[in-house]
Amino acid sequence: MFEKEGTAVKLPDTLLKFIEEWKDKPGNLIMILHQIQEEYGYIPREVAIELSRLIDTPLAKIYGVVTFYHFFKQKKPGKYMISVCMGTACYLKGGEDIILEFERLLGLPVNGITEDGLFSLQAVRCIGCCGLAPVITVNKEVFGKLTKDMLPGIIAKFKGN
Amino acid sequence: MALKNYVLVCGGTGCESSKADEIFQNIKKEIEAHKLQDDVQVIKTGCFGFCEQGPIVKILPEESFYVQVVPEDAKEIVAEHIVKGREVKRLLYVGKDDKRKTDFNKHDIDFYQKQYRIVLRNCGVINPENIDEYIAREGYAALDKVLTSMKPEEVIEEIKKSGLRGRGGAGFPTWMKWDFTKKAEGDVKYIVCNADEGDPGAYMDRSTLEGDPHSVLEAMTIAGFTVGANQGFIYIRAEYPLAIHRLEIAIAQAKEYGLLGKNILGTGFDFDIELRLGAGAFVCGEETALLASIEGKRGMPKPRPPFPAVKGLWEKPTVINNVETYANIAVIILKGGDWFASIGTEKSKGTKVFALTGKVVNSGLIEVPMGITLREIVFDIGGGIKGGKKFKAAQSGGPSGGVITADYLDTPIDYENLAKLGSIMGSGGLIVMDEDDCMVDVAKFYLDFTVDESCGKCAPCRVGGKQLYGLLDKITKGKGEMKDIDNMREISLAMQKASLCQLGGTAPNPVISTLKYFEDEYLEHINEGKCRAGKCKDLMKFEIITDKCVGCTVCARKCPVNAITGEKQKPHVIDQKTCIKCGVCFEACKFKAISRG
Repeated sequence: MFEKEGTAVKLPDTLLKFIEEWKDKPGNLIMILHQIQEEYGYIPREVAIELSRLIDTPLAKIYGVVTFYHFFKQKKPGKYMISVCMGTACYLKGGEDIILEFERLLGLPVNGITEDGLFSLQAVRCIGCCGLAPVITVNKEVFGKLTKDMLPGIIAKFKGN
Repeated sequence: MALKNYVLVCGGTGCESSKADEIFQNIKKEIEAHKLQDDVQVIKTGCFGFCEQGPIVKILPEESFYVQVVPEDAKEIVAEHIVKGREVKRLLYVGKDDKRKTDFNKHDIDFYQKQYRIVLRNCGVINPENIDEYIAREGYAALDKVLTSMKPEEVIEEIKKSGLRGRGGAGFPTWMKWDFTKKAEGDVKYIVCNADEGDPGAYMDRSTLEGDPHSVLEAMTIAGFTVGANQGFIYIRAEYPLAIHRLEIAIAQAKEYGLLGKNILGTGFDFDIELRLGAGAFVCGEETALLASIEGKRGMPKPRPPFPAVKGLWEKPTVINNVETYANIAVIILKGGDWFASIGTEKSKGTKVFALTGKVVNSGLIEVPMGITLREIVFDIGGGIKGGKKFKAAQSGGPSGGVITADYLDTPIDYENLAKLGSIMGSGGLIVMDEDDCMVDVAKFYLDFTVDESCGKCAPCRVGGKQLYGLLDKITKGKGEMKDIDNMREISLAMQKASLCQLGGTAPNPVISTLKYFEDEYLEHINEGKCRAGKCKDLMKFEIITDKCVGCTVCARKCPVNAITGEKQKPHVIDQKTCIKCGVCFEACKFKAISRG
């Protein structure tokens, strides 16, 4: 049996306030999950359990939604999330080669995270900058018209921060 | 007093990611340094469309069109153009004829010549974060007209006359959706805007929302009045932060001006709009799945009927249209349905916005009248194929669409003709492919996408997609058999006939379409183990043509795995066991002495 009590986690006030605001609105679950991911970078299990209690929704239902949508993550991402666009324009212009090169440079598979927790790598759906294909984003910063030889520079830029 | 100059800086996502904001800030600083802030206004606008040449800065009234601007150019632009009145020639766009261009509104730039802007009328013209600029361009005049002088039936009649059809993909007549919802019984009704632009290679809706958010708010309010709804929802991709930000500003400003909320324009009509974020599920483009997602559930489609017009959001009658459809409404109300119907072809009226991308010289966002040919789009607006390569096909409709080949370049583009060719209009992604693109690989790319995005509710899509992908994968790896082609056709048919929603029903389209026009490529893969585009790595073999090799050693030095050996000035050899088929040698050889096949 899963113990709901005893795993309680203290949520930040801003998040609690948001949940309170949305609690009684129909269709609130996805909006609240977005706010949680904004706060933590993913949906931590203990937060999902706490949410289940707060909005009186079965945990299974919450996970039904979390696992259905690609946007919600269950694993903590790296400090810098490298997202390689795999929309059609980027794919035709070598998006796959960009992924392979990142895998080689970082020693990571797609959806992996570096040991120091600095970088994680993912392939994402079209981010709508097709004019700049191939494109990646690192957190919210966009890099376009990429070639493989530009990648070490991008990694170095964030490593230095 | 009129201002001396207006400096428009493109603030679309494409240009923003190339430091447009820094350019904007720098220009403002320079203007202030010259104490010109009372004479010159610097505005960050929506997308100009010409993303290939971004970041773009346009200066009025001269209409100077500066391209590929970097933040450091701000100083010169202000010191030369604004202060001394001299155009910065080196930043002007260079056309095909090698002349530097200005005056894009006067049709001097080839990219804009055949375009016709209704939906994008304000994109790249106004500051989307300022409602006054929208109002100055006849914004909310249509809402005023509807609320003060029109009956709901008259609104529907006007839209019926216009012939406007849904721009989200299927092309269902907009007036019918509104009419069904209006006639449906129920006290509570909803207006929904589908802004969950999920097609890979499409960004029309994002650009419209970023560049002209009020056009959608105004149209949704008009729809609310027409069908008797007081609440609207915009379902937008969470991956579009800038569009979300600008919509939030627009909603707040509209409320402040009494154009949204209680008692709009003093007419007693109430209408409110809220945002709901999508979370990355392509199936939510299907209207019943989208509604489930707004309700906070897994985005699974439901069988239709009942249609959303009768039983939609929370079981209430609901109008669902996409962003581009709404962006047409205010213009139709103001200029009349007859005017709109005068543009386009017999059954497809008005314009269509396309995201023109892929192997074309001028990538960007374009709006063209229905009935334009693909040749005009690719070669006149798009400037032809990059690197002088040969046009192979254009793909429309994303994962639900198909290819249009060189033989059909002169077919007028409208809903009917695209369907005849085995593709669909779709939401507007138009991806140009050249001789380096393998059609089997393209079909596999789309199937990979739809398999990933299938919600899994019905077997034809869940199982059929996976099977199709498996067969395509087998063929691209050189293990295909002739019977695979028949099997693919059979599975495709089953998916088309038996899938619950259009995601599954249209998922085989890229396979059917490429098989129809490029069966020879499939057969080459299967029978000869050859990929003529050189894309399928398992089938590729690089060899040095002894006669042509001069022994310059460039390839040997560039090879990342040291697979190439040979003495100086003597023909080299590639060790096939070591070769990883990366193609570096092929690109590096100046003597075309390496064959790829």
